[in-house]
Amino acid sequence: MAIEHANVLRAAHLARLGVSDAQAERYVDDLSRILEMVDRLSEIDTEGVAPLSHPLDATQPLRADEAIEANRRDSFQKIAPATADGLYLVPRVVE
Amino acid sequence: MHDKTLAELARGLAAGDFSSRELTSSLLERIKRHDGALNSFITVTGEQALKEADAADALRQKGEAGILSGLPLAYKDIFCTEGVRTSAGSKMLDNFIAPYNATVVEKLRHAGTVSLGKTNMDEFAMGSSNENSYYGPVKNPWNPTLVPGGSSGGSAAAVAAGLVPAALGTDTGGSIRQPAAFCGITGLKPTYGRVSRYGMIAYASSLDQAGPMARTAEDCAMLMNAMAGHDARDSTSVSRHVPDYTQGLDKPLNGLKIGLPVEYFGEGLSPEVETAVREAVRVYESLGAQVIDVSLPHTSMAIPAYYVIAPAEASSNLSRFDGVRFGHRCDDPADLEDLYKRTRAEGFGDEVKRRILIGTHTLSEGFFDAYYRKAQQIRRLIRQDFLDAFTRVDVLMGPAAPTTAFELGAKADPVQMYLQDIYTIAINLAGIPGISVPAGLVDNRPVGLQILGPHFGEAHLLNVAHVYQQATDWHQRRPEIKE
Repeated sequence: MAIEHANVLRAAHLARLGVSDAQAERYVDDLSRILEMVDRLSEIDTEGVAPLSHPLDATQPLRADEAIEANRRDSFQKIAPATADGLYLVPRVVE
Repeated sequence: MHDKTLAELARGLAAGDFSSRELTSSLLERIKRHDGALNSFITVTGEQALKEADAADALRQKGEAGILSGLPLAYKDIFCTEGVRTSAGSKMLDNFIAPYNATVVEKLRHAGTVSLGKTNMDEFAMGSSNENSYYGPVKNPWNPTLVPGGSSGGSAAAVAAGLVPAALGTDTGGSIRQPAAFCGITGLKPTYGRVSRYGMIAYASSLDQAGPMARTAEDCAMLMNAMAGHDARDSTSVSRHVPDYTQGLDKPLNGLKIGLPVEYFGEGLSPEVETAVREAVRVYESLGAQVIDVSLPHTSMAIPAYYVIAPAEASSNLSRFDGVRFGHRCDDPADLEDLYKRTRAEGFGDEVKRRILIGTHTLSEGFFDAYYRKAQQIRRLIRQDFLDAFTRVDVLMGPAAPTTAFELGAKADPVQMYLQDIYTIAINLAGIPGISVPAGLVDNRPVGLQILGPHFGEAHLLNVAHVYQQATDWHQRRPEIKE
């Protein structure tokens, strides 16, 4: 399946990745060649084959719903760009 | 001291031939002298290393040293290390000081090892040549015009150049085995889940696995003894008995059944690499092994399946880098969406953006079934190929890469670059272990022999690799470095 300029811009928006029109044009070329390679998957008949998401075919184990880690808010917030009163600060989006 | 293996250094420390401080100082000096030309380290933690060396020496004085006490190593910059920059090779995390240690770092610290620092890597482990790092490309110590392989190229180059006797890498599609092959060292990708991934910055969570990179299989076994095992903090790590990987290394190989996948010896394989690999297989035959041709019929689908699954997982994992909690943040964002978009545009390099876009596209409405679901179905077929082969043979052998190390900048086309991992990627999709051992030199460029085993067969792989290294001297060859 070929990828078009609009597909690249759509993917960039969904991924919240800033891509200019000119950059999108460059990605169309790269991504088209990658998808052309990936399209070879359709050569294989996979009717009735269950998808494998875990290489050991294992299911994700669940643990009890209990807090097991200590609260390390201070050390984690030390590396954030901006914090106040124990909260992470982000640009204002609602006036 | 820089030429010795971990096992030799451990014996030297135990015999009192030198202290950990002497060993550490000597390697730090060597890094200062040679790493400018190689660029294999992003961060060198000299002061901390000397403190750790002193602590190991003090422990030895008290008679409490373990086998790894005082031995220096380095970590790919994808492993979180408390109080030390952990960049994943990205501008996005250039200012990120990890607030905790990855489980493997913690385990190796408890075992008494000394960390010399963090090694260079392709950004977020995306690459096959180590040319995608924000900190510049790593050079291959065998020839600085060549790539060291990626994405654990910094670890491989540092070990090959004798800057450190061992280093940790991660392998998502071949990122331990391919650079090990290009740099002439030994690299083990364990079974998925055998080693904790906690504190490893995630690229593709169902494929990523940490592993040791060293000069010999014996050294990898020593490190695996400290690294392997279940971790309650990583729900993908497996709760299963951990053997002593150093036991049984010398077990004779009489009757070993080696499978040669016919698909690994076809078009695209350099004739010189093929000759070296077949010569290595002949060595095994002389050691009593039996060789059988086998088929892994879905091999050609591994790269297409990988380049759906890995970018899909990457697009999800990397969504956390948004300028809010840690890492790079763009200046003066207009609003939240502008903050996200510009932060990510500025923080990520080209290859990472390419994979985020591919992953987001293939997961988006209208494309999911054709790409993601299909790739996961084919992943099952690839895994089944290996399971079928291991009903007939004990191990599989083949090249780790189709060529020896190539020139820096030689592969501008991303698809051509992706094909470098043709022999390594299927192993990650199937979750089985694989090891690359030095098996020849072509024009002074190392060749890697890849040995594959069934799930949790690491101990046997290390045995098979170690016996070969007792019979050959390829692992003892060193690049010429002007002192």
